[in-house]
Amino acid sequence: MTELAQKDERRDKNEHCGQIFNASDRCSHISSTNWETIIGLEVHTQLLTQSKLFSGSATAYGADVNTQAGIIDLAMPGVLPVLNQEAVTMAIKFGLAIHGHIARRSIFARKNYFYPDLPKGYQITQHELPIISDGYLDIALDDKNTKRIHITRAHLEEDSGKSLHEAVRGMTGIDLNRAGIALIEIVSAPDLRSAEEAVAYLKALHTLVRYLGISDGNMQEGSFRCDVNVSVKPKDSDQLGTRTETKNLNSFRFVEHAIQSEVARQIKILESGGKIIQETLAFDSVKNETRPLREKEESHDYRYFPEPDLLPLVITEETIESIQKALPELPAEKFNRFIAQYHLSAYDAHFLTADHDTANYFESVIHAEAIDPKLAANWMMGELSAALNNENLSIIQSAISAEHLAQLLKRIQDNTISGAIAKTVFEAMWHQEGTADVIIEKKGLKQITDTSEIDTMIDEVIAANPEELAAYRSGKTKLLGFFVGLVMQRSKGKANPQQVNQLLIKKL
Amino acid sequence: MTPDEIKKLARLARLKITDEEIEKYTDINAILQLVKEIMQEKDTSTVEPLCHPLELEQRLRPDIVTESNQRDYLQERASLANYSLYLVPQVIPPNTKNK
Repeated sequence: MTELAQKDERRDKNEHCGQIFNASDRCSHISSTNWETIIGLEVHTQLLTQSKLFSGSATAYGADVNTQAGIIDLAMPGVLPVLNQEAVTMAIKFGLAIHGHIARRSIFARKNYFYPDLPKGYQITQHELPIISDGYLDIALDDKNTKRIHITRAHLEEDSGKSLHEAVRGMTGIDLNRAGIALIEIVSAPDLRSAEEAVAYLKALHTLVRYLGISDGNMQEGSFRCDVNVSVKPKDSDQLGTRTETKNLNSFRFVEHAIQSEVARQIKILESGGKIIQETLAFDSVKNETRPLREKEESHDYRYFPEPDLLPLVITEETIESIQKALPELPAEKFNRFIAQYHLSAYDAHFLTADHDTANYFESVIHAEAIDPKLAANWMMGELSAALNNENLSIIQSAISAEHLAQLLKRIQDNTISGAIAKTVFEAMWHQEGTADVIIEKKGLKQITDTSEIDTMIDEVIAANPEELAAYRSGKTKLLGFFVGLVMQRSKGKANPQQVNQLLIKKL
Repeated sequence: MTPDEIKKLARLARLKITDEEIEKYTDINAILQLVKEIMQEKDTSTVEPLCHPLELEQRLRPDIVTESNQRDYLQERASLANYSLYLVPQVIPPNTKNK
C-alpha cells in the first residue's frame, strides 16, 4: 500500500482515533473465545557498562542532571563516536545465552528524526546486519510445559536523553545524562498468544539479563522497558490482523494490563464491524487503558542509512569462544540442577532460580551448615519472603544473612527448637536481636526434651481434665490432639511435639 | 523524484528550500537515473553491499570513564540553559493527546 493510500485509510477510520479504550468495562461481554491474540515484544535493556556506548561519559543512575553528558553526547561539531568494547562483549553474551547467531560482521546505522533529547538529529542503532539474530528463549507455561519463543534479532543502540516538560514553565528542559547509554533492543517473533505468556517471556528475559550481569534490569529506573505489538485474528483464519504498538511499558503488571485492554479494544472494534488502524499507543496505568500517541504523520520515516562515522564491527571466533567459556550458569541450567541435585520440586526450583541473588542465597544457606534443601526452600519461600515483601526489600537487602538463617535452621534440624519456636527466633533475628543461638539462650526457648519434665506437665493436664480423659478412654481417640495442645501450651511451645505425642499415648 | 517528494525530504531534514531551489534539486533525478542504469546493466546479485568506503574494521574502546563533568563550561555555550537543564521551546509531550 502506498503511503498516501495509508493516510486515506487512516482518515476513513478516524472514528476510532479519539476514543479512550478501557479494558475493565469491556471484558464482560466479549466473546474472546473466537479470537486468537498475536503478541510480539520489543525490549530495551540498558547495559551495565561504566561508560557510554560511543563516549567516555559516565553512566551512573541518578547523577545530577547533565553532569554525565560530554561533547560527544551533546553532538558538538567534529566529534566522532568510538565503540565501547564491553557493550559488544555483553551483546555477545546475550546472543550466546539465547543460542542465537552472532554476526561476524555487523554494521551501525543512523535512524534520523528530530527531537530535542536526541542532539545529533539521529540515533546510532543497527538496522541491517544486527549483531545478534535467530535466538530463542524457553518459557515455563506451568510446572510441566514450556514454550519456545523465538528472538528475531537483538541489536546495539544508544539511548536518548530525557525531556522534562514540567520543570520550567513554557519550556522543555533537557537532561542528557541518559543520552548515549548503551542499550540492546531485543525483538521477539510474534510467538506469544496471551498476556500471561508475554509476561512469562518478559520475566524469563529479565532473569536472563540479570544472570548474565549485563543489565541491572531495574524497571523503575527504566533500565528494562518494553514495547508491545498486539493484533487479533479469528481463530480459524490464517491471515494476521492489523497490529498496534503500545510503547514504553516499565512494569510486568503494566505489560499484562496493557495487552488485556488492547486485546479487548481490538475485539470490540472487529466484532462491531470496524477495522483496526495500525498505530502507536500509550498505556495509561491509572485508567487502565490504551490510547493513541500524538505523533507526526511522518515520524516513522527514519531514512536509515549506514553510519559513516563507524566502520563495520568484526567479531572473531576467538572472541566468541572466550566469551562462551566465561558464561555463568544460565537460569534454565540452574533450574534443572536444583531439581536434580537438591531433589526440589519444579515449583520450588522455579522460585529459587527466578533471580540469581535468590539462588545464591539459597546455596549459601544449605552449604553454610549442611541444611536440608527442602527446609531451606520452605523458609525462604515462607518467612523470609514474607518479611522481605513486607518491607519491600530485595534478598540482598535482607536483614538476615544466609549464614545466620542457616544457623537458625540448624537448630530446627538438631531439635534444639521446634519449627513454631523458630518463627519467634526468626522475628527476633529480623529485628537484629542477635544470632539464633544468642536469642534461643536469652529467651530460654530451648526445646524441653527432658522426659520427666514433660511427664509432669502431662500428669497435670490429665488431672485437670477428667471428663475428656474418660471420653478418650471410652474410644474418643480424636481427643489426643486436645491433650497435645494443652501440654504444648503449658510448655509455652518448648516441648517437642513428637515426644509429647508418644508420652501422652502411653499415659492415656 | 517529484517536487513534492523533494519538499518532503527537505522538511524531514529540516532544510529550508525555496520553490526556485526545488526546481534545481530535481537534478537529482539524473543521478538516480544513472544508478538505475548501472543496476540494470550489471548483475549485482553476488556483490556484497558496501557498508563503508574504507575497507577497515571498527576499533573498540575499553570501557573506561574518560570524560569529567563539564556541565558549566558547556552550558555557558548553550543558547539557553537554566536549572542545569538545556532549554528548548516547549515540546508537546508525546504521550498526551490534545487536552
